[in-house]
Amino acid sequence: MERVEFVTEDSVVDPITGLKSETMMLNMGPQHPATHGVLRVVLHLDGEVIVKAVPHIGYLHRGIEKLCEHITYQQCLPYTDRMDYLASICNNIGFVLAVEKLLGVQDAIPERAKTAEVILFELGRIESHLVGIGTNALDLGAMSAFLYCFKERERIYEILETVCGARLTTSYPRVGGLPLDLPDDFEEKVRNFLKVFPKTLYEVDKLLTRNRIWIDRTKDVAYINAEDAIDLGLTGPTLRGSGVPYDVRKATPYLGYENYDFEIPVATEGDAYARYLCRFEEMNQSLRIIRQAIDNLPDGPYAADLPDVVLPEKKLTYTKMESLIRHFVLVYEGFKPEPGEVQHAVENPKGELSYYLISDGSGKPYRMRVRGPSFVNMQALSKMVEGSLIADVIAAIGSLDIVLGEIDR
Amino acid sequence: MSLDIDSLISALNEEFPGSVTEKLKWRGETTLVVDKDRIRAICARLRESHGFAFLADLTAVDYLTVRSPRYEVVYHVHRFGEEYDENVRIRLKAGVEDADSPEIDSVVPVWSGADWLEREVYDMFGIVFSGHPDLRRILMPEDYEPFPLRKDFDVRDREASKRSFQRALEEGDD
Repeated sequence: MERVEFVTEDSVVDPITGLKSETMMLNMGPQHPATHGVLRVVLHLDGEVIVKAVPHIGYLHRGIEKLCEHITYQQCLPYTDRMDYLASICNNIGFVLAVEKLLGVQDAIPERAKTAEVILFELGRIESHLVGIGTNALDLGAMSAFLYCFKERERIYEILETVCGARLTTSYPRVGGLPLDLPDDFEEKVRNFLKVFPKTLYEVDKLLTRNRIWIDRTKDVAYINAEDAIDLGLTGPTLRGSGVPYDVRKATPYLGYENYDFEIPVATEGDAYARYLCRFEEMNQSLRIIRQAIDNLPDGPYAADLPDVVLPEKKLTYTKMESLIRHFVLVYEGFKPEPGEVQHAVENPKGELSYYLISDGSGKPYRMRVRGPSFVNMQALSKMVEGSLIADVIAAIGSLDIVLGEIDR
Repeated sequence: MSLDIDSLISALNEEFPGSVTEKLKWRGETTLVVDKDRIRAICARLRESHGFAFLADLTAVDYLTVRSPRYEVVYHVHRFGEEYDENVRIRLKAGVEDADSPEIDSVVPVWSGADWLEREVYDMFGIVFSGHPDLRRILMPEDYEPFPLRKDFDVRDREASKRSFQRALEEGDD
């Protein structure tokens, strides 16, 4: 909180005492530990009560949509990491699926790649929810829950590291499948995680769910009803916490989600606590999905047999001239989808992430639009906090579970 | 209750003659090209009578030399189903002619979630949404001049950012 200003035009004269009172303007952020990045919220305060809250965003804007118009589809992939960097693998998979839809090759993707992507997607969801719950708890003073969450997140990073070599910025699958086969110890590591993680989940549950302070700070705080939530276009746990059972995985299944047995947790209270409960239960459901996927992880090819799209194997590139040429063309010019446009949505941990791609027949997207869940969900902040106390803004931002990398793009 | 797109189109055309000019279907997605001048009425009708309660996305595209009208504002509207497999999503497109300040009606009165999405389109393309309650730049600095996602935006021109930065320095932001 940097600067305090007194705004005179809002002066109100109290009808009984005749005293003049003024609202105070307070900048929260852009450098503030509880705003989860560089977010500035201008608060108009009457004492400690918020009269008006105006979020200002854009501090992290890098122009990803513009950048992607100048590079090939495959080169766009690393940029998608840098949006929701707490679940970069989900952004990656979402983008790859959108390009596959644009190419019309969804049916050619082998089962092994799809199942592996489901496992990674759900790991990404758990990873993001751990940060969401952990930091929300940390902001409200519950340090230990945060540490439990971050310890488990580290295990997911280890799995991602064995799969693709990177922990945070994964850039992992490729259009058409996986770039390499899964490592030998992948299955063992995931099974180990499935064994250890429920214990931590149980501990976090014990630390928070019935904790008096946690309930006091989150219950009836940052309330939004179902009607407003739909009107504002909220998605993800923020929408489901208000009682709307919309989840892209069920509504328009991708990656074969229709074949998995899982529930969509919904809470009806619409407050920060309800959203916490949704996130928490979603982690349990993700474990269910991962368990089913790892049990049915098929053998076979890991990338589609699409010479126009998928790079040839490294061995062939070095030994066969045709493969070398194909490799060269694919890297330099990229594959060229026929002209057209698609929108593909996936259920990111924070809500619906959709890519809207337009191809003009060249190797570069004519337009790539990202609809990030955090950007739209952020709009609800003003509605949630107006009329409540400053301390509730912290709980509200935490419970919206935003990530500024995705808001600003 | 699944949705019959053709009856939806004829219902719209009956109420607003000539409002839906084209229906495209590609990769399993339905696109309706609609009349720009009646966009708000069409959206309001879709929301009230046809259940499209959720505006999934709102964006724009610049077709500089490719086609005319130059801009297209694109709406993705979504209807929740009783059952999961009854969800419907359609895409609406409205062409906006090139002008000093290209203009289209705002749909914020229909879906309040369109607020920031329209501000972003204004910020990136310079398309003015008339009737928007608070049309300001959202991602770029407030005094930034060009519109970055227009196709004639010069990515190598660093002067625009410099000017904006210079002004901020001169004004002395504490």
